[in-house]
Amino acid sequence: MKVSMKVNGQLREADVEPRWLLVHVLREKFGLTGTNVGCDTTQCGACTVLMNDMAVKSCNVLAVQADGAEIITIEGLKTDGQYHPLQQAFWDEHGLQCGFCTPGMIMAAVDLLKHEAQPNYAQIRHGIEGNLCRCTGYENIVRAIRQAADKM
Amino acid sequence: MGVLGQSIKRREDPRLITGEAKYLDDLQMAGMAHAAILRSPFAHAKIKSIKTERAAALPGVIGVFTGKDFMELNPLPCAWAAGGVENHLNTPRCLEPDRVTHTGMGVAVVVAQDRYTAEDALALIEVDWEPLPVVTNAKKATEAGAPQLHENAPKNIECEWQCGDAAATDAALKSADVVIKQQIINQRLIPTAMEPRGCVARYDSAADEYTVWATAQAPHVMRLITTAFVFGIPETKMRVISPQVGGGFGAKIYLYPEYVLVIALSKKIGRAVKWMETRRENYVATTHGRDHITEVEIGAKKDGSITGLRVHTYANMGGILSTIAPGIPTTLYGRLLSGPYKIPHIYCHVLNVYTNTGMVDAYRGAGRPEATYVLERAMDWVADALGMDPVQVRRKNFIPSNEFPYTPADNILAGLAYDSGDYTKTLDKALAMLDYKDFREEQAAARKQGKYLGVGFSSYIELCGVAPSAWIGLPNQGWGAGLWESANIRMHLTGKVVVTTGSQSHGQGHETTMAQIVADQLGIPVDDVIVQHSDTLGTPFGYGSYGSRSGAVGGIAVYRAAERIKEKAKRLAAHMLEANVQDLIYEDGKVMVKGVPAKAKTIQEIALQSAVGYSLPQGMEPFLDETSYYDPPNCTYPFGTHICIVEVDAQTGKTKILRYIAVDDVGNVINPMIVDGQVHGGIAQGVAQALYEGAVYDDNGQLVSGSLMDYAVPTAAMLPSYETARTVTPSPVNPLGVKGAGETGTIASTPAVVNAVMDALKPFGVKHIDMPLTPEKVWRAMHTNGGMS
Repeated sequence: MKVSMKVNGQLREADVEPRWLLVHVLREKFGLTGTNVGCDTTQCGACTVLMNDMAVKSCNVLAVQADGAEIITIEGLKTDGQYHPLQQAFWDEHGLQCGFCTPGMIMAAVDLLKHEAQPNYAQIRHGIEGNLCRCTGYENIVRAIRQAADKM
Repeated sequence: MGVLGQSIKRREDPRLITGEAKYLDDLQMAGMAHAAILRSPFAHAKIKSIKTERAAALPGVIGVFTGKDFMELNPLPCAWAAGGVENHLNTPRCLEPDRVTHTGMGVAVVVAQDRYTAEDALALIEVDWEPLPVVTNAKKATEAGAPQLHENAPKNIECEWQCGDAAATDAALKSADVVIKQQIINQRLIPTAMEPRGCVARYDSAADEYTVWATAQAPHVMRLITTAFVFGIPETKMRVISPQVGGGFGAKIYLYPEYVLVIALSKKIGRAVKWMETRRENYVATTHGRDHITEVEIGAKKDGSITGLRVHTYANMGGILSTIAPGIPTTLYGRLLSGPYKIPHIYCHVLNVYTNTGMVDAYRGAGRPEATYVLERAMDWVADALGMDPVQVRRKNFIPSNEFPYTPADNILAGLAYDSGDYTKTLDKALAMLDYKDFREEQAAARKQGKYLGVGFSSYIELCGVAPSAWIGLPNQGWGAGLWESANIRMHLTGKVVVTTGSQSHGQGHETTMAQIVADQLGIPVDDVIVQHSDTLGTPFGYGSYGSRSGAVGGIAVYRAAERIKEKAKRLAAHMLEANVQDLIYEDGKVMVKGVPAKAKTIQEIALQSAVGYSLPQGMEPFLDETSYYDPPNCTYPFGTHICIVEVDAQTGKTKILRYIAVDDVGNVINPMIVDGQVHGGIAQGVAQALYEGAVYDDNGQLVSGSLMDYAVPTAAMLPSYETARTVTPSPVNPLGVKGAGETGTIASTPAVVNAVMDALKPFGVKHIDMPLTPEKVWRAMHTNGGMS
């Protein structure tokens, strides 16, 4: 069946089976492979994107549920060629190593800072509980989010 | 100050923070088919028959295959048998044709136009299984009457290995004033790199060549063992590329059955084939780590000095061997049992055992965390038995800093010696950060109020820069190849430098640190250096990244290639300046006449002259292009002390880490920011073992902790913030004085946390609880007065 959605500001359409997941449509139909898949039980959060301004795990959303929605992925975060403050902060603070969790982590942090513009360290740690990282021990991720909050 | 030792930002990050990096699953190819694998639901069973017709008839399915379709391929090789002893090797095939020995082994594959269709077809394959009896515990597997997994391995013993001196250790234990005996379990862990494994293969029939993309930490080794050992074709017929790799932690070193399968399928169906592991597959089919049952005996004099250490370990190998499995609980475990201590006699006896569980192989630290856990728990038992402070016991037994190079007792390190160390220095620095005396007062006061605080210490050494080929390749080490590393440097006529290395980055930041080494050596801007890796076409053969060897071995190959570029540049500059080469020095990117800085040529000018070749000294070939194959004379031995402070909630048994202090000495540091990041991540994984993670098989060999819903990879809210510091004791082994930093955190942190919890539980008479220290286990121990036999 046909689904259409606004992805990173552009109207996109695809013809998919009803069982297709949003993440697969983003990755395989729209070529937006920045959103990664790290598990099959919605624990890892690598696939986090914004749907109608809210962070969702795109492996847990059917493409048909996203019909008519507005989606922002990691590829849509730069504006006018400038990194989003969170992208810049992750780079500055060494908030990533292998980088696989990073797109989802950054999208979750975008959502977090929308709800709590100046979170303390404990709030940041709880705010990204839905996203797993195996490389950094989270230390520099937490610092990066805090640094971005200061600059936003 | 040069660029070496600076925290410059990582050059790989822009593609990672924007989603532009291409991981394995991001690769698309025209006509690419997708594979899905049917895996055994049984831990031990015979395959009586497999019916594939219904699956093959499903629209969109290209082909369905079973193990019988690949009998021309050899089983995968085991590249590291335990050294000096008889090994009873059993290794997997790309699909098992007759029998399985753990759940998750592949028995059939569907290739289809897309993954959804391939998965649908899996459900239509019918397998007639004959289940067999199962054993999952390594100790029980060696007992009479246990189910037998492999004909060539009586009592399921893969090998029996030992090091040290049994008789001298017996005597040393007899001479002790106190001997503590304890069984401890180092539980099985699941590495859980955030990117699961995957493989894409394409066969070019015109050239009879394969191109393979794989999530591989050692692409050259993967190519070598795939071609030479499994396919029986020349190495040159295959190119292996690791695209962006999303973490490895050891589990991506190996050649896996699925890679062989996908490569073979690409030729069979004449199309590119992709297989991407799901997380559930990852948990049953990718290697696990640790899983030791160990009996420890340690003896000490009244003054705290250790007289001897005897260790007997059952190391679980799983149902079949992964690529380097037997070497881990032997060479990388028993040989490290002296730790930072001067122990007069040591004896270690290991049984590598087959059980009906997933394959076990190197996982971050690989053998060294297990050795450190044994020692650091034992040091606390000694302190406890003698009523001494755990810090004093450690201090008492440290190898003095003036005794390096230090050869551990009873030849347990098989001819090598620790390179350099100053163990008291890191301990003192960590104690100063803690303010130990204040803490003990606070602890005593808290106890009176029913608050249970604890402090845990862990002093460690580790063996990094896994190499000397002449050591690891000895008959008593069992390794089947060399372990040097390679680098090539080419300086183009534009002055841009291309570095290729056989080392492989999957999160470590080689593109930054290797460039720092070259920029520093050649005196050029770091942005002029491009580092290429992870493609067997275009990089010199190398052994890849694991065992914290990229800096201490791969980085030195880069350093030496740069040295050779400088030597050649000097000879050419002598010609250009009409000077004597002995009168020239290389400084700040220029070759100049000593004392006459005006008489100089920049490296860029020299590179241009070398590239165009208009005027070269007689006999000199054009171009600055130098290669090094570096094989170090020794491993390197980082060390440090970690301290953990916990509070255990008496109502719930829940442990909270209040402070975590890590003082590490990894020798000279190339990029402090990257080293700190490695330490953070390592600590997190070690803390996770102590408090949260454990792979659990039930008695039927089913992995109960088989998904991220059931296996407790910690979130940010479950981990503390880390206070890190360093001392610097350069390694004399290599010219950069670097040691290695990738595994120190994992090695040190686990016992620091466990020791802290045990310290908190002292008022309850609890001496030992096996990990993970879940609230339930801790609460029960607090209410049953002790766990020590």
